[in-house]
Amino acid sequence: MSVDTPARRRRLTPPRILLHGFLIVVSLAWLFPIAWAVLTSLRSYDYTATNGYVSFGGWTFDNYVTAWRTAEFGQHFLNSVYITVPAVLLTLFLASCVAFVIARFSWKLNLVLLGVFTAANLLPQQALLIPLFRLFTEVPLPEFMSDSELLYDSYWGLILINVAFQCGFCVFVLSNYMKALPRDLYEAAMVDGASIWRQYWQVTMPLCRPALAALATLEVTWIYNEFFWATVLMRTGDKFPVTSSLNNLRGEFFTDNNLVSAGSVLVAIPTLVIFFMLQRHFVRGLTLGASKG
Amino acid sequence: MSDLPLIQADRAVPPPAATTSTGGRRRRLRLLSRTDRVVITLMVLVPLLIVTGFVWMPAAATVLLSGTNWDGIGPLNEIEFVGARNYSDVVNIYPPFVPAIQHNLLWLAALFVVATPFGMFLAVLLDKELRGSRFYQTALYLPVVLSLALIGFVWQLLYSRDQGLINAVFNSSIDWYGDSNVNIWAVMVASGWRHVGYIMLLYLAGLKGVDPSLREAASVDGASESRTFFRVVFPVLRPINIIVLVVTVIESLRAFDLVWVVNKGRNGLELISALVTQNVVGEASRIGFGSALATIMLVVSLVFITIYLATVMRENRE
Repeated sequence: MSVDTPARRRRLTPPRILLHGFLIVVSLAWLFPIAWAVLTSLRSYDYTATNGYVSFGGWTFDNYVTAWRTAEFGQHFLNSVYITVPAVLLTLFLASCVAFVIARFSWKLNLVLLGVFTAANLLPQQALLIPLFRLFTEVPLPEFMSDSELLYDSYWGLILINVAFQCGFCVFVLSNYMKALPRDLYEAAMVDGASIWRQYWQVTMPLCRPALAALATLEVTWIYNEFFWATVLMRTGDKFPVTSSLNNLRGEFFTDNNLVSAGSVLVAIPTLVIFFMLQRHFVRGLTLGASKG
Repeated sequence: MSDLPLIQADRAVPPPAATTSTGGRRRRLRLLSRTDRVVITLMVLVPLLIVTGFVWMPAAATVLLSGTNWDGIGPLNEIEFVGARNYSDVVNIYPPFVPAIQHNLLWLAALFVVATPFGMFLAVLLDKELRGSRFYQTALYLPVVLSLALIGFVWQLLYSRDQGLINAVFNSSIDWYGDSNVNIWAVMVASGWRHVGYIMLLYLAGLKGVDPSLREAASVDGASESRTFFRVVFPVLRPINIIVLVVTVIESLRAFDLVWVVNKGRNGLELISALVTQNVVGEASRIGFGSALATIMLVVSLVFITIYLATVMRENRE
């Protein structure tokens, strides 16, 4: 990484000014749709209906209140939590197990294993839909787990499918990360008589904290944002996670863009909060997967 | 990080000098206790069963079903194999198929020809360690954290015929999402908006990994900045380029959420992914037929997944 000296950095030559100008214009253009959504959500429908959307005034928080109430966002956010939290924890746990074995032992099947997991993450979901849809409507669950008494239309089904799909990415990232750990650690652990489980849980996992944090951030946003599986494997409106519930609620909102934008902002808030708080992790997670190390 | 020693369990306990490598491996295996072996098996087997059961088996079943006339309701033993009939039906008597292929290709072209080079260009600019670079980066990849479904709603605020910003500013009355002549372009703009940030991020990470001495050598030789980029930096980024290529192909093949929230992939927004979904959860549940469409997707994606895996595995083996 080249480090410019402060003096060199501060010198503003005409090309530099041009460069900044260009980047500012592009950045503002990129932020604009989001800013416009926030702005629209803060204005009353009546005001914009009479004065047009390109006007100034009619500020109100009512859209948020109305959107929250009519769309039952409280319930839908809870649904998202029921699905996202267990799915992320399970994905990280299972993926780290596989990654550990791949990184710790060099067996011939390691490459095959890595391929099986990584490729699964890249398949188009729609290509699996038909058999999965049938499978989900055939597998019975006891009533206390799912009131549909099926894997279909239950939180369990969505958790499972998200875990199955996301495992691949995490295995790939974590196995690369674990391969970079010094192997002396395991020699020392073996001399101390540590079992494989201890080597995994007490030696490897604490060292993988940075990678796990990055992956957790990324997986929370991905599973929270997941739209397809919830749309096709859920039926009961009350059980939809918040991202796919938006589509069902659209009918009620359709004529009122101020409400649509308030709903959109509400749905976006959790991911935006995560993003701004854990930006470093988010970016690292994405790039850990793309380039090595 | 690749300069750190890789963990190799064979070497954890040095094998006796005289044994071959397989002998060493067998010896090491015997060093593991019975519990350890059970633990290792479980650690691999449980996740493997989940991924196989919920991803690979369904994928295989899709391919099998594409050769049958199953309607999804009748018992499995009444399934008849009809050979390639579903495929010929898809191509010959299914009007949305050709537009869907065209839209998928258009989508790929737009992401590949416009969004990807633009993302790369921005990454090159931001790699100069400018002041305020953090702000630019954040603004550009902010859309990446939003779901594509949500992006569909956010852009509706600009596209809506009566309440949208574009029509208000230009005093036009185009129904950007509803008009089947323009809506595919409208959703592609929204999709590109997100894709640019993602690609920029990937390239930025790649550029940070380029050995600075390469650039110094080029500038000592008096090469211009653009010449340095195309002749020196770009070739070094080869692995990233391949990953970006594959990500772009797969993203455009998997494109679904945006068109589904707009009009369930109808009326000008046909995509293969939406057609598959319509055939299963829609009124008509034509399983064999839908499976033939899904198999086409599967085959195309597997070609690119193989390229991807070959690239990253080669990278890792270094």
